[in-house]
Amino acid sequence: MHEYSIVQSLLDVIEENAKKHNATKVKKIVVKIGVLSGVEPHLLETAFNTFKEKTICEDAEFEMIIQPIVAKCEECGHINRYEQNQIFFECKNCGGVELDVLDGEEMLLMSLELE
Amino acid sequence: MCKDCGCSIVEHNHDHRVENIHANPQLNDSKTIEVITKILDKNDHEAAHNREHFEKHGVLAINLMSSPGSGKTTLLEKLAEVANFKFGVIEGDLETNRDAKRLQEKGIEAYQIQTGSACHLDAFMVHKALHHMNLDDIDVCFIENVGNLVCPASYDVGAHLNIVLVSVPEGNDKIAKYPVMFRQADLILFTKTDLLPYFEDYDIEAEKKVARKLKPNVDILEVNTKDINSIKAVANWIEFKKKMRS
Ligand SMILES: Nc1nc2c(ncn2[C@@H]2O[C@H](COP(=O)(O)OP(=O)(O)OP(=O)(O)O)[C@@H](O)[C@H]2O)c(=O)[nH]1
Ligand SMILES: [Mg+2]
Ligand SMILES: [Zn+2]
Ligand SMILES: [Zn+2]
Ligand SMILES: [Zn+2]
Repeated sequence: MHEYSIVQSLLDVIEENAKKHNATKVKKIVVKIGVLSGVEPHLLETAFNTFKEKTICEDAEFEMIIQPIVAKCEECGHINRYEQNQIFFECKNCGGVELDVLDGEEMLLMSLELE
Repeated sequence: MCKDCGCSIVEHNHDHRVENIHANPQLNDSKTIEVITKILDKNDHEAAHNREHFEKHGVLAINLMSSPGSGKTTLLEKLAEVANFKFGVIEGDLETNRDAKRLQEKGIEAYQIQTGSACHLDAFMVHKALHHMNLDDIDVCFIENVGNLVCPASYDVGAHLNIVLVSVPEGNDKIAKYPVMFRQADLILFTKTDLLPYFEDYDIEAEKKVARKLKPNVDILEVNTKDINSIKAVANWIEFKKKMRS
């Protein structure tokens, strides 16, 4: 359950940004979770709701954007967008398997609504 | 300068944060800021620092990951018998110091990370440990991660290569069930292949196919501790990778 450690890192990043903007409260948090980032969104949400208490995020709304895999084919350059629950990827245009993953492997903090 | 340890690695400043402030029309006193920061940004920076550290000493760092008991420590013990390179081990068996002791008994320099119980190692834990290693005395530094196919996959610890082990008794479908982990492997080791006759439903060729579908350019080797040549093949792979980087 590394979702708890990830939430700790997330809260640190949020706190840093809130401080920089002299905010006293975080109203909304938007994160982007790649389908192959290694994080279970529902576990992340549970961990967030557990740890937000008594932090600047206590009353914040938590929005998760689930990001499917987007990959560029190294052979033909086609940009492929895949379904959420697949793990094998080949180019939909030429069938190539050498793909450069552009999105869907990362966990990002996207935006904050501060007060 | 490394702030924590005073080591002379230059910290390059890379702030990837893009920031835009929009005034929110409805609420005068609230604003939305675009942040776009990796949640594990700090860990990733520390990992990059660790890598520079290893490189400064000419050390190739390898992260060993697998389920509990797939044979990570045993592989390291056996490698000591055949490897033409000198290696040390940063040991992530957090609950006990048994694995570190096993390695020390074989004359391998092993440093035990002590952080209590955690389900993965992160770059900060490895950074602390690497300052306890005599990096000038070794060519390769293994990081034996916590036995877990999920959590370690999310954390860059600052290694150059990932070796992921999967043992025959774990059964079919492990690779398809843990795609995030196996996609990160530079080398997948199928271990305990001496047990294949006892696990008749285990289809190693089908598992290899899945691995190659998941990651087309992955290297794959079979390991059986009773066959010293299989251990030598792992040592050769590491030596080859080391040569390609020096
Ligand atoms: N038959 C057989 N047994 C093996 C082989 N390699 C390892 N083992 C056995 O598997 C058991 C677990 O091996 P370890 O090396 O301790 O596994 P590990 O991955 O380090 O385990 P953790 O650190 O607890 O995650 C030991 O009893 C080993 O003797 C092998 O090639 N064949
Ligand atoms: Mg071990
Ligand atoms: Zn975990
Ligand atoms: Zn293509
Ligand atoms: Zn340092």
